[in-house]
Amino acid sequence: MLTHWPCPQPSGKISEEMLAKFDHPGRPCVLVIPPLFDEHNKFRRQIIEIMRLLDDLGIGSAMPDLPGWNESTAPLAQQSVGAWQAAMGAAANHCEATHVLAFRAGVMFAPPSLPGWAYAPQTGAKQLRSMIRAQVIAAREAGADESSDTLMQSARESGMILAGWDLGAQLVRELEQADEVSLGSLAEITQSELGGRGLWLRAEPDEDPEQAAALATLVAEELVAP
Amino acid sequence: MSSNPVTDNSATASEQTDMSGIGKSRAAIDRDLKAIIADVLGLDADDVNEFTPETGLFGDLPELDSMAVAGLLTEMEDRLDIVIEDDDVDGEMLETYGGLLAFAEAKIIEG
Repeated sequence: MLTHWPCPQPSGKISEEMLAKFDHPGRPCVLVIPPLFDEHNKFRRQIIEIMRLLDDLGIGSAMPDLPGWNESTAPLAQQSVGAWQAAMGAAANHCEATHVLAFRAGVMFAPPSLPGWAYAPQTGAKQLRSMIRAQVIAAREAGADESSDTLMQSARESGMILAGWDLGAQLVRELEQADEVSLGSLAEITQSELGGRGLWLRAEPDEDPEQAAALATLVAEELVAP
Repeated sequence: MSSNPVTDNSATASEQTDMSGIGKSRAAIDRDLKAIIADVLGLDADDVNEFTPETGLFGDLPELDSMAVAGLLTEMEDRLDIVIEDDDVDGEMLETYGGLLAFAEAKIIEG
């Protein structure tokens, strides 16, 4: 189920990126878009569990790494929202995806032509704000008089390592501007529909079999509905 | 003209049951804030429900470290629909549950 896919880069080069997938030829294939940064790490285990459950229900799914994500060796500091959107479109074609299931800020990369679902969608701007805040709190604990405004200004101009993530200036500016969730043709799935707590809030990666089953069932029911 | 928010007649039907006159009753904010704390810190909801205004938070709850503070504030912004500035965050605000609840109420009224 772990393979690679040829990811086109803005330079025109192709990079081989990892692809987690469950094949069911002739059946729907759900393109799974994980959250960004730390939330990706915390959610990945749960997402794989959801993909396994969809597999049991006879539904294919594919979760591609994009450059700078997960196992990718591409430097995160050189990536941009625009390049990731283009790459996700290419991944959808490569996987012959019929639907999208986007998690949190991953909704930014959903190919607009595909129907599907957005789980607990989050804006890039809020994601960035949270990382800036963590940086400010850490700096103040270390005795430095840091403010969100000055950090943002610096990050916008020259990029910044935030909470351990090396963000380039272009990516920072694009995330800041992404201050509205655009669902397009995606249906929103709220946390309250699944019950339990949002796993992106956990300090450590965690899983919740009941939530995974609720989400997989919701997707499967809509896929087989007339 | 009174500045007492109780005289505000623009509240919707659901808000009119709210004796304080602000958009959200103290009880509703209390309930939401406890749910946020339980969710962010991974605490048992029953334990959090027993929090009193004097219950110590930062410095008392081992789960509430500085990274958890960042997560807590972001989740409060999302779920209470408020904006929290750098300068709002001080020791007093996070020292006790009562302090955090009063802060949340003030922000909601201000919003």
